[in-house]
Amino acid sequence: MNFATRALLELQETTLLAARAARGLFKRPRYIPEAIAQMDSIGVGSLTIIILTGFFTGAVLTLQTFPTLKYYGAQDQTGYLVALSLIRELGPVLTALMVAGRVGSAISAELGSMTVSQQIDAMRALGTDPIRKLVAPRILALIVTLPLLTVIADTCGMIGGGTVASLLYGMPFSTYWSSVRDGISSDDIIGGVIKPIVFAVIIGSIACRKGLSTEGGTVGVGRSTTQAVVLGSILAIVADFFLAKALQIILDMPQ
Amino acid sequence: MSTTDLHISGTQDQHVTGGVSDDAAESTFAEVDDRDRAIPAIEFRDVSLAFDGHSVLDGLSFRVMKGETKIILGGSGTGKSTTIKLVLGLLKPDSGQVFVDGEDITNYSEIQMMRVRRKIGMIFQEGALFDSLSVYDNVAFKLHEQGVPEDQVEPEVRRMLRFVNLEDAIDKMPIELSGGMRRRVGIARALVGDPKIVLFDEPTAGLDPPTARTICELAMKLRDLEDVSSIFVTHEMNNLDYLCTEYAVVNDAGEVVFETEGERLCLVNTKVLMLRDGQIIFNGTDETLKKSDDAYIRRFLRGH
Repeated sequence: MNFATRALLELQETTLLAARAARGLFKRPRYIPEAIAQMDSIGVGSLTIIILTGFFTGAVLTLQTFPTLKYYGAQDQTGYLVALSLIRELGPVLTALMVAGRVGSAISAELGSMTVSQQIDAMRALGTDPIRKLVAPRILALIVTLPLLTVIADTCGMIGGGTVASLLYGMPFSTYWSSVRDGISSDDIIGGVIKPIVFAVIIGSIACRKGLSTEGGTVGVGRSTTQAVVLGSILAIVADFFLAKALQIILDMPQ
Repeated sequence: MSTTDLHISGTQDQHVTGGVSDDAAESTFAEVDDRDRAIPAIEFRDVSLAFDGHSVLDGLSFRVMKGETKIILGGSGTGKSTTIKLVLGLLKPDSGQVFVDGEDITNYSEIQMMRVRRKIGMIFQEGALFDSLSVYDNVAFKLHEQGVPEDQVEPEVRRMLRFVNLEDAIDKMPIELSGGMRRRVGIARALVGDPKIVLFDEPTAGLDPPTARTICELAMKLRDLEDVSSIFVTHEMNNLDYLCTEYAVVNDAGEVVFETEGERLCLVNTKVLMLRDGQIIFNGTDETLKKSDDAYIRRFLRGH
């Protein structure tokens, strides 16, 4: 099988898996406790890294752009620039990358280990569909938590930017904050929340597919985990470009 | 009436030695008359399967009758585990048909298979226990999934763990158990809901002889006392000897004891199927197997 055929086959299998998981959400038995447990481990568990990532991304944005803006006498616009970059692009993408690394790898490793130790077969033999029991709660948890994590990353980033602006460059925090509020529109926020929903589906279904298709013992688990993180991250970034373009058209943003 | 009843009636009838008691003879005829029992529990019709162009099963046809244990022998990679997975619908054949309880499951969807799988208990090679769940939750898995109330779940879990003699381990995690204990918990989990078909996938591989013996005794208890039809995949010859020459009976004190074929009249309801390169090279009783002239079978039985 050549590369293109294999890639198409993978795409087909991953899409089918996501579709079956989505159908499973509307049928009984519903795995609500499992989904809540996953939201806790994915969402609450990722809070620390998301807060740190967001805060320091905002901080470094101010650090790098303030001198340039000042050169053109536009330092008042620092908040505007930081907020717009974070909400439109950096917040969703960086959060997706961090979650792909932390959660995508964990999902793939867990499902991969269950596959090689025949636990998935055992579950099917006991009359339970692993897609509904394991895959659907994980993807659902990602869809709910990734936008929330993104909003937290955005907020921390803006605070980080403001902290650097006021502490290092002596800009009053209120000036910074008012330029943030002037700069962002509701369309930016809507766009910034739609993106992580799409990223959640991409990261979740790739991680689950890679985990469930693991072959070849513990080495196979390692391979699936790597592939889940690499593919999830790359596809999130690729999807980001097309989503950005689509959102420009749908939300009628300046192109 | 089942084979179990047959054995028990023979045992209780203490004065009969070496002959058929009237009760037993009647039950034999009753069995033949019972149409439902004439339907095989499992049937393969010309089943073939290949992975990546490499043939794993090639025109496999056999039947497992109600209450019968079919031992599948064969070296590694001869398609033994694949056969079991086909019964459960975990794999689908490329051609041929698979029947469970007279129902053609060959083209069943995953949803339809879920209903069939509830009739079947499967014991995996290494137990395949869920690592993240305790022994209790592992055994209770099926009941929890069916939404059975907790006050009914616990007695059933305890009953099953008593059957495999592991009630003390109820609160342990799988990681704390030895290989043999994991296998036995796997058996308890598979037997919840009293399935009438049980599949054993090399349940004694890598276990010490006494533990392996315990697992064979469980299989015999299921066959002789619970009227379970089963497929017992193995490549260990002592399993074959136990299952083909011994049977479980309940003595006067109500204890389960194992007697050797010949002590009283006994028809041990076990047949042997031997696979080589995905094809059946032998199908019959252990006596005929041991008399076989086939060079491969003789080498397999002797081990050299």
